[in-house]
Amino acid sequence: MKLYRLLIEALESLNANKLRSILTVLGIVIGVAAVIAMLGIGRGAQASITSRIESMGTNLVYVTPGATSQGGVQSAAGSAGTLTLDDADALAELPNVSAVASVTNSFVQVVYSSNNTRTRLMGVTPGYQEVGSLTLEDGEFISEAAQNARSLVVVLGNQVAQDLFGSTAGVVGQKVRLNGQPYKVIGVLAAKGGTGFMNQDDQVFIPLSTALYRLVGGARFRGSSVISQITIKASDAKTVDQVVQEATRLMRERHETVEGADDFTITTQQDTLDAATQVSDTLTVFLGGIAGISLLVGGIGIMNIMLTTVTERTHEIGLRKAVGAKRQDILLQFLVESMVLSLLGGLIGVALGWGASQMMGQVQILGSSAITPVVGVDSILLATFFSMAVGLFFGIYPATRAARLQPVEALRYE
Amino acid sequence: MIDVRDITKIYRLGSVEVPALRGVSFNIARGEVVAIMGQSGSGKSTLMNIIGCLDLPTSGEYYLDGQNVAALEEDQLAEVRNRKIGFVFQQFNLLPRLSVQRNAELPLAYDGNLSQREITRRSSEILRAVGLGERMHHRPTELSGGQQQRVAIARALINQPDLILADEPTGNLDSHTGAEIMNLLLGLNRDQGLTLVIVTHDPHIAAQTQRIIRLKDGLIEGDEAAPQTTTQAVSV
Repeated sequence: MKLYRLLIEALESLNANKLRSILTVLGIVIGVAAVIAMLGIGRGAQASITSRIESMGTNLVYVTPGATSQGGVQSAAGSAGTLTLDDADALAELPNVSAVASVTNSFVQVVYSSNNTRTRLMGVTPGYQEVGSLTLEDGEFISEAAQNARSLVVVLGNQVAQDLFGSTAGVVGQKVRLNGQPYKVIGVLAAKGGTGFMNQDDQVFIPLSTALYRLVGGARFRGSSVISQITIKASDAKTVDQVVQEATRLMRERHETVEGADDFTITTQQDTLDAATQVSDTLTVFLGGIAGISLLVGGIGIMNIMLTTVTERTHEIGLRKAVGAKRQDILLQFLVESMVLSLLGGLIGVALGWGASQMMGQVQILGSSAITPVVGVDSILLATFFSMAVGLFFGIYPATRAARLQPVEALRYE
Repeated sequence: MIDVRDITKIYRLGSVEVPALRGVSFNIARGEVVAIMGQSGSGKSTLMNIIGCLDLPTSGEYYLDGQNVAALEEDQLAEVRNRKIGFVFQQFNLLPRLSVQRNAELPLAYDGNLSQREITRRSSEILRAVGLGERMHHRPTELSGGQQQRVAIARALINQPDLILADEPTGNLDSHTGAEIMNLLLGLNRDQGLTLVIVTHDPHIAAQTQRIIRLKDGLIEGDEAAPQTTTQAVSV
């Protein structure tokens, strides 16, 4: 039997049992829509995480203190107070780099008039603006002069300015109190976006020297101030690996450590990105897997209905065989029917899944900014192909049963 | 045309063997009109299924047009049915979902060599010939019993078979409509020389044929010419 005729007969037969066909298709629709929406959200989350990490600057290498080890007892990574301002100065001398130091491990209460907020305090060197890709909305960033003079000046994150002043206009020049000390606002950063602990708009910057000697106070190690992180910016992406090697060599030399016993950790932006990508990949596979199960359930629904259909139409199969249908003709007839069901479900499911993921993109989850779902052509093709495969797989058994019927017995069946 | 040699058919019901045919032999020449008679259980339905290539004999040989059908595979049998045999059933066996025309075209759908245009042309022609030119796009359920049987006859004729097998073709019809259907079938033999085998238990039907084969308990009880006096020559 020719294909277009098979298609027409399949559509007619499905049309004859409208409600049943719709319910069967619905199983596939839900499965495919779930796959599309879940993959879309997973991809969207990945894209948003990636862009957020990239917005913090590229070509970055982070040096952080390692864990202390006393008598074999390891304490938490980053707790060793062994990273100093002198290390930062030495690292800055390496080729292809600009290095800046910062103290990040403190929180501070910021007060303006009757408003106050608790936020992360960053004590940074002037170069931090460049390595952190910070853009000012108003005013200026911390200068060398302010650094040298240990000035009481502060640059506010966009969110902090909003919280304290209700707007970002006219904030520069005002005085705020950090832990009781009066600081002059010299700049407000442009909004960068971000959520939760990654929210880059919810922090304030003061000169590193001010933080070490006036606000936080500081431990000292080998005659130099202890800092919590050194950020190195490599000249470009190609030199990052070389910079990591050089920095590692230099730090081992300065700290007199050997590989395996380092008291510092060097990571790159790429490491962070890889870790985040791996997490979101796992998430995507997990969500997709759950959605795939509902597609499987839809497939079982198709098989169930096709078995019923074959039984109901035993007499018809007998007649078709009597007038010359071969096994293959009957097989194809029922396979085409189950594949039409699943493909129809697949196409509707793609549309529905796309719509659902767009809607979910509008909803803000837990107060964080919304994820923009990414529904790629590949996931649409995948879902369509997969739904057809489901129809084929779950249609084969019923269709084979139909094809195997003996004409005499099938004709006798009422 | 039909050459049946000592065929038997034994059904197995669990461990019990039930013989339906116990050695049947006969010839039917091209263009003959033959009635196969017998009571239920006589084996006439089994014989009909074997002649129609719907089933294979347990032993014996069956030559249709010189071809030993008993040795064929399932799909080859389907091809023989498609090309050489037209079936007319007591229950009409039309597919309710399909239009009259599509029902009549069904055997051609499994032929594979014809264009849809040619298929439509042929089915329209044949449906007009059996008097259903106006009803081609109706559903079978909208037709009377006699009209439905005409559709079935159109379906049997569409592949230009050599042999028409009719199983109680008038069994579900009133006597007047039954007579019309018989006239239509006999006319096909007269005008086109089709071989016609009718399975019936109705002596009036059998009397309109040329020859009657009587079955009893799986054996041929009698094989004689039909009494000529009752043959009616009514045109369609």
